[in-house]
Amino acid sequence: MAIKKFVTGNFYDENVLFPAVKKVRRAGYKIHDVFTPFPIHGLDKAMGLRETSLHTAGFIYGISGTATALGFISWALTVDWRMNVGGKPFFALPAWIPIIFELTVLFAAVGMVLTFCYLCQLAPFVRKDHFNLRSTDDTFLMAVECTDKTNEAEALSFLQGLGASDVKVEFKETGWWLGRYDKERKRFEKQTEQAVH
Amino acid sequence: MTAFREKFTVPKRFNTIAFALMLIGALSVIGLYVVYGSSHDATKQARFWSSLLQNSVYFLLVVNATMFFICATTLAWGGWQMSFRRVSEAISTSVPVIGVICGVILLAICFGNNHQLYHWTDTEHVKTDAALTWKAGFLNKTFFAGWTIFTIVAWWLLGWKVRKLSRSLDNKPLASVEEGKKYMWNNTVWAAAFIVIFSLTVMSSIPWLWLMSLDAHWYSTMYSWYTFASTFVAGVALITLFVVYMKNNGYLELTNEEHLHDLGKFMFAFSIFWTYLWFSQFMLIWYANIPEETTYFKPRAYGMYKGVFWLMFLINFVAPILILMRRNSKRNYTTITFMALLIIFGHWLDFFQMVFPATQKDSVPLLVYDFGVALGFVGIIMFVTGRSLSKVPLIAKNHPFLKESIIHHT
Repeated sequence: MAIKKFVTGNFYDENVLFPAVKKVRRAGYKIHDVFTPFPIHGLDKAMGLRETSLHTAGFIYGISGTATALGFISWALTVDWRMNVGGKPFFALPAWIPIIFELTVLFAAVGMVLTFCYLCQLAPFVRKDHFNLRSTDDTFLMAVECTDKTNEAEALSFLQGLGASDVKVEFKETGWWLGRYDKERKRFEKQTEQAVH
Repeated sequence: MTAFREKFTVPKRFNTIAFALMLIGALSVIGLYVVYGSSHDATKQARFWSSLLQNSVYFLLVVNATMFFICATTLAWGGWQMSFRRVSEAISTSVPVIGVICGVILLAICFGNNHQLYHWTDTEHVKTDAALTWKAGFLNKTFFAGWTIFTIVAWWLLGWKVRKLSRSLDNKPLASVEEGKKYMWNNTVWAAAFIVIFSLTVMSSIPWLWLMSLDAHWYSTMYSWYTFASTFVAGVALITLFVVYMKNNGYLELTNEEHLHDLGKFMFAFSIFWTYLWFSQFMLIWYANIPEETTYFKPRAYGMYKGVFWLMFLINFVAPILILMRRNSKRNYTTITFMALLIIFGHWLDFFQMVFPATQKDSVPLLVYDFGVALGFVGIIMFVTGRSLSKVPLIAKNHPFLKESIIHHT
């Protein structure tokens, strides 16, 4: 995957972070991502992220669950193996509703969890590079992606001026890889050096 | 905090509409009485009383559900509703007014000579009916009258107390954190008291007594929850309507589409909750197929009333789940208003099919008169709510949770 150059800064306060996000965007810098230990209301809007399509996916999974259950039960009980259950009609819809409902929920839930993991690139053995581990604990980390035109020194001082602490230039892998951290780090460090030149 | 309009002045047009609706209601009641109520035929008489019963019980339970909404959110420490809480409070002031009307109608039916509605009031008949004799401990006139009066008075008094607590801060800001804690504790205790009474009445005994006893031989333990869900979703829809009305007239500056979104979620969720209970009741009876239980659904789902029955299902389940599912439709004033109106009408139909198949077995009555009576009750709710809104500040500005509501974000 691609290794890119970033300017990163740490924030400790939402009230500092929000204006900073706004100003960084207005200044024309490209925000790669803001890493926070917990979801912050309104941050996605401030960053200009598009709305997730996870719920649309969930609806489609749910509908396919409904169709699967209804299709299979009605095929099994009206075509393949008709059974007289207490004198009820073969097409006994009310009796099937609970199962149809359960399958709808099951498909939607499992499908959405898997889609969520896919969107966040979370899976066993999938490794991703971290900027600052403290962004999983008590700081908000903003990573600004450097392009060819970015003046690093300017970006560093700009972030610092907005209240970021511990600002630095970092080279990080943006994608994911399979394997273990310790082994990969070596391979990764080599590549980092190559990328500098 | 920016300045906001604290005082609601009732527009002339609002009251004109309210009085016009009340007039329509009064004319409908008179019309019903002339055509049916004054008849000597017991079934025709029952048509008159059924209409009054359906409408008064429905609207009483709906306005009382708004007080339940306040108390439930208070107990859950939900601050988000604080910016429009005065609206819910104002709607709940209709409880004593409609409660008196409803109480008079219920007692008149109970002690009247027409046993078409409540068979169990016919003492001669009960002696020969084993099932009703067995139920006489619950279904008798004394208990009915006592419990009805107790219930309505309890709702009124507890609602009054909760509203008074809310107003007590208007001119007297909380001085310290300790005082605030004490205030919240007081709120919690009285909200809890209301919820206890509410569970003993709306969530259990009252729908059995007022509505289910129309089919005195039939019983369902799910009936009260189903009735509660029906009225609660309509109550939230009513709050939404008033909030939208106030917003459109430039009041409630602190309420925005975030709050509307949550009200929409309540409407969506409780429509599905209602369907869950409705279906659970239906499916168990359909599955077991015991004649004693299926008598309830025979006229409703398969008999003459099946049109109303399935229309109500469409309005109360299919429409909310499809229309309110999207985020944008919950935040849009037009769709949310349309859905709130539809839901209130849908659950009114639900009550129609609870009451009428029990008393009008031979023909489905035309809905015109009943709808007129319903409009009368809408007029009463509009008038009382508007009057209460104009009396107190629109925003409980000293409540400790107000800030939570202002920064509310979904």
